[in-house]
Amino acid sequence: MNAGIKTLRIDGRDVGARGDQTILQVARENGIFIPSLCYLEGLSPVGACRLCLVEVKGAARLLPSCVTRVEEGMEVTTRSERLDRYRRMILELLFSERNHICSVCVSNGHCELQGLAEKLQLTHVHFPYRYPRLPVDASHPRFVADHNRCILCTRCVRVCDEIEGAHTWDVMGRGIEARIITDLNQPWGESESCTSCGKCVHVCPTGALSEKGRSVAEMAKRRQFLPYLTMMRTQR
Amino acid sequence: MSRLRLATVWLDGCSGCHMSFLDMDERLIELARGIELVYSPLVDAKEFPEQVDVTLVEGAVGTRDDEEKLRAIRARTRVLVALGDCAVTANVPAMRNPFGPQAAMARAYQENATRNPGAPTREIPVLQARVRPLHEVVPVDVFVPGCPPSADTIHYVLQELLAGRMPDLAGRSRFGA
Repeated sequence: MNAGIKTLRIDGRDVGARGDQTILQVARENGIFIPSLCYLEGLSPVGACRLCLVEVKGAARLLPSCVTRVEEGMEVTTRSERLDRYRRMILELLFSERNHICSVCVSNGHCELQGLAEKLQLTHVHFPYRYPRLPVDASHPRFVADHNRCILCTRCVRVCDEIEGAHTWDVMGRGIEARIITDLNQPWGESESCTSCGKCVHVCPTGALSEKGRSVAEMAKRRQFLPYLTMMRTQR
Repeated sequence: MSRLRLATVWLDGCSGCHMSFLDMDERLIELARGIELVYSPLVDAKEFPEQVDVTLVEGAVGTRDDEEKLRAIRARTRVLVALGDCAVTANVPAMRNPFGPQAAMARAYQENATRNPGAPTREIPVLQARVRPLHEVVPVDVFVPGCPPSADTIHYVLQELLAGRMPDLAGRSRFGA
């Protein structure tokens, strides 16, 4: 795509970008940290988690940087007291929504939700926890889906659809009732479309999807493969 | 200079935070010069005393007994510290919340009991409907996440409080640490 070169300012720094890039991509290229959970390089951005919200001069509202294209002369602020407050609030809502019990989670120490809570200096959750009763699907011979840990980022849905081409995962229900499902809400082990490739497990930011046989803190994810697979699919 | 009146309390938790406290090892001797331990599972005081400077509370609130203790502690404590994930988030004790206390009691005393099945009817406090973190019951001054918080983290917290400062835990510990 010939999108031209744009120049803009992020946190007071002059940066150059291609016109088809998003604020988040350009920030990361320039070593400027913007927190995110649903975004993953190699997958289409969906702007779901809202952690990457930034302030753009002249815009009345905050903009999700993962789905906002750069514009000439844009002035972006990625850190402020207001943004910190909102980001912490989003994390607290995620923690209170389901049963994230870090100390007994397979992803303890490797989890992006836990890591961001530490990075954004969250020491406790102000909202009352909901404690929903959610299933753990261990019907697949190699993998487990623990809905208690799911934050509905839909990385699994997108990697399965866009990279593996199976579209085993999707989302059912709305709002607080939403849940990821395999095929037509069948047990994962009975899914006819699942190829058991494991990409969903490795892009999952939390302990919601894991490999069987992993105990507490043993589920480190490997997702270096993703940009290469995307390149293979799109630039052959 | 009078010594800091310190209490430590063990509610709905596993005592791992107290183990971590003891893991301060030889630093405890140094701390003891500035601290008077007025109440703790580690000492013999039976009643929670008045005018406590700092109380470290391990564990969540799971029974009415826990709640009554916590309210009394709050009334008699200047700086209340939620020590560890159970106090801060309700953590593992809260894993019974989606199922309710009856299911938890049945699991422990009926389904898994091979002799004399049946829940005890006296001498143990009745479980509340939900296990809660401390700050859902009383105001908390300092939150120290971690399962357990490391001895270094606890040492930092006590040193800051001894120096008359409020500890800033940002970046020093995390949930599940």
